Amino acid sequence: MNPAVAWRYGRPALVLLLAGLAVGVPLWLVAVTSAKPQAEAIKPNLDLPRHWQPGSNYEDAVSQGEMLRGFVNSLLVVVPSVVLVLLLGAGAAWVFARRKSKLVSAAYALCISGLLLPPAVITIVMELRQLGLANTRPGMIAVYTGMYLSTSIFFMTGFIRAIPMELEEAARIDGAKPARIFLRIVLPLLRPVIATATIMVMLYAWSDIFYAFFILGGGDRATLPLNLYQVASAQLYLNNWHLVFAYVVVMSLPMVAVFLVGQRKIVSGITSGAVK
Amino acid sequence: MADTVVRTRKQPSAQGAPKGVGRLPRAAVHHPWWFALPAIVVFAGFFLVPNLLNFYYPFTNWSSYHADIAFTGLDNFRTIADDGSLLRAIRTTLLYALLAALFQNGFGLVLALLLESDTRFNRFFRAVFFLPVLISALATGYVFQALLDQDGALNSVLGTDIPWLGSTTWTLVVVTLIHGWKWMGLSMLIYLAGLKGIPGEMLEASKCDGAGPWRTFWSVRRPMLAPAVTFNVTTALIGSMNTFDIVQATTGGGPAASTEVFNIYMFRIFGQGLYAQASAMSLVLFLVVVAVAIPLVVGLRRREQLL
Repeated sequence: MNPAVAWRYGRPALVLLLAGLAVGVPLWLVAVTSAKPQAEAIKPNLDLPRHWQPGSNYEDAVSQGEMLRGFVNSLLVVVPSVVLVLLLGAGAAWVFARRKSKLVSAAYALCISGLLLPPAVITIVMELRQLGLANTRPGMIAVYTGMYLSTSIFFMTGFIRAIPMELEEAARIDGAKPARIFLRIVLPLLRPVIATATIMVMLYAWSDIFYAFFILGGGDRATLPLNLYQVASAQLYLNNWHLVFAYVVVMSLPMVAVFLVGQRKIVSGITSGAVK
Repeated sequence: MADTVVRTRKQPSAQGAPKGVGRLPRAAVHHPWWFALPAIVVFAGFFLVPNLLNFYYPFTNWSSYHADIAFTGLDNFRTIADDGSLLRAIRTTLLYALLAALFQNGFGLVLALLLESDTRFNRFFRAVFFLPVLISALATGYVFQALLDQDGALNSVLGTDIPWLGSTTWTLVVVTLIHGWKWMGLSMLIYLAGLKGIPGEMLEASKCDGAGPWRTFWSVRRPMLAPAVTFNVTTALIGSMNTFDIVQATTGGGPAASTEVFNIYMFRIFGQGLYAQASAMSLVLFLVVVAVAIPLVVGLRRREQLL
C-alpha cells in the first residue's frame, strides 16, 4: 500500500487504539470500580459491576473521607496561593521586564531560580515552627506561593517584554501613576498568561500531597489529597478500592471542569510561554 | 533592602540621563521597586531562606529525640553513607529522572506528530491525552496500582499472574512509565507548539527537494524542534527528580527500597523523627539537581544557538 494512504487511514485508527488503551482503560477501571460493591472491588478488574451501587459508594466516600471538609480545606489554601502567585508575580515581572540594570537582572535570576531548584522541605518545617506557622493554612499558602512564584514570574516577564512600551507611555502622558498603569494596562494585557498560570498553579497545588504532608499534616486542616491518602492507607485492613475510586472521581472533577471551561486559553498559554 | 532601593533609584538618573533616550532615566519612577518587593520578600523568606538553612541543619543533631540542637559535623552524612541509603537514593532518583524524561518526551512527541494538523478529530483527542495531566499524581498512582497489582485488572485481563510492581529490577521502569503516562499530555502540547512554529515554506522547500516524510522529519523538523526539546527535557528531568506521589501510591518505595527516591526517603525518615538526617538527604538532592541542571541548561541552550 502507498504510505500516504496508509497514513491517511492508519493514523486515526492508531489514535483511537492508543486513546482507548492508554486513557480509556484506566478511566474505565476507575468508573466501573467506583460503582461496585466492596466484595466485587477487592480484586479490581474491567468487568461491569454485577450489582450497581454508585450512589452509596460516593456517599461513603464523601462521609468517610471527610470530603466536604477536605474540599473546603483545599480551596482555603489553593485559592489564596493562586491569587498571591499571580498578583505578586505580575508586580515583580513588570519591574523585571521594564527596568534594565545589573541589580534587576540579578534579582530576576534569583527569583526564577525556583524553576530548577527543589524546595528544601525539611527546613521549611523548621522555619515555619519558629515563625509559629507550622500546621497552619497561612504557612501552607506562604510555601506554595514561594514555590510557584518563579514559574509565574518567568512566564509573565517574557510576556510583558513583548508588550509595546508605547501603551504604557500613552497612559503616562495622560497623567496615570504607576499603580494605575499596572492595574489598568499591564494586568488586563496579561490575561492570557494569567489564565495559564492559574491552571498550572491550581493543578500543582490542588494535587500536591508531599508538601501538605509536612506542613499541614493530617487533622482538621487536611486537604483532599491528604484525605484520599488516608482512605487508601486504610486498605491494609479492608480492601476498599470502590471508595478510593469514588474519591478519585470527585477529587478530579473540579480540575477537569476548569480545564474544559478554559481549554483554549490554557492550551495557547502553555504553548506560547514554553517555546521561545 | 532599604539600602538597595535608594541605590537603584539614583543609578538610572545618573547614568541614563546623558543617553537621552527619554524613557530609561525615569525607569525608577515609572516602574518602582516596591512592585517587585512583595514577591521578592515571599520568595526569599519561604524558598531561599529554607534552602540556606538546609546548609546548616544537616550538620546538627536536630531530631525529635533531643530538646536542643547541637552541631555534630558530618555525622548525618556518615550515617546515610554507611547504611547505603545515600548512594541508593542518588542512583534510583537519577535513573528515575532519566527514564521518566525519556518516556514522557517519547510519548509526547509521538502524540504530537500523530495529532499535528488542526482538525476537530485531533483537537478532541489532544484533550483526551491531556486528561492524565489533570488527575492528581496520587490518584494516578492508585489507578495503576489497581491495574498492575498481582490481583489487579491487567493480570485478570491477560490471564497471567505477573507481579508487575514486585520486581526489584523492573518496577522502577514500570513506575517511570506511569510517570511518563501522566505527563505526556503536557509534553505533547509543547511539541505541538514547536511543530506549529516551523515555517510552512521550509517544509515546502524540503518537499520540492524530494525529501520524503521521514527525511523531512529528521532533517527539517527535528532540528527545528530544538527549543521545545530544551524546555521539555529540562522540566521533565528536574521535575521528576522531585517525584513523590506516584512512587508513594504505587510502591511506597519498595520492593526492597528499589524505588526509594530522595523524597520517599525524606518522608520516611522525617516520620521517624530524624529531622537532621532527612535534611541531609534534602541537601544532597539540592546538590544533585544543581549538578544536573546547570550543565543541562547550558548545553541545550548552546545547541539551540548553533542551529
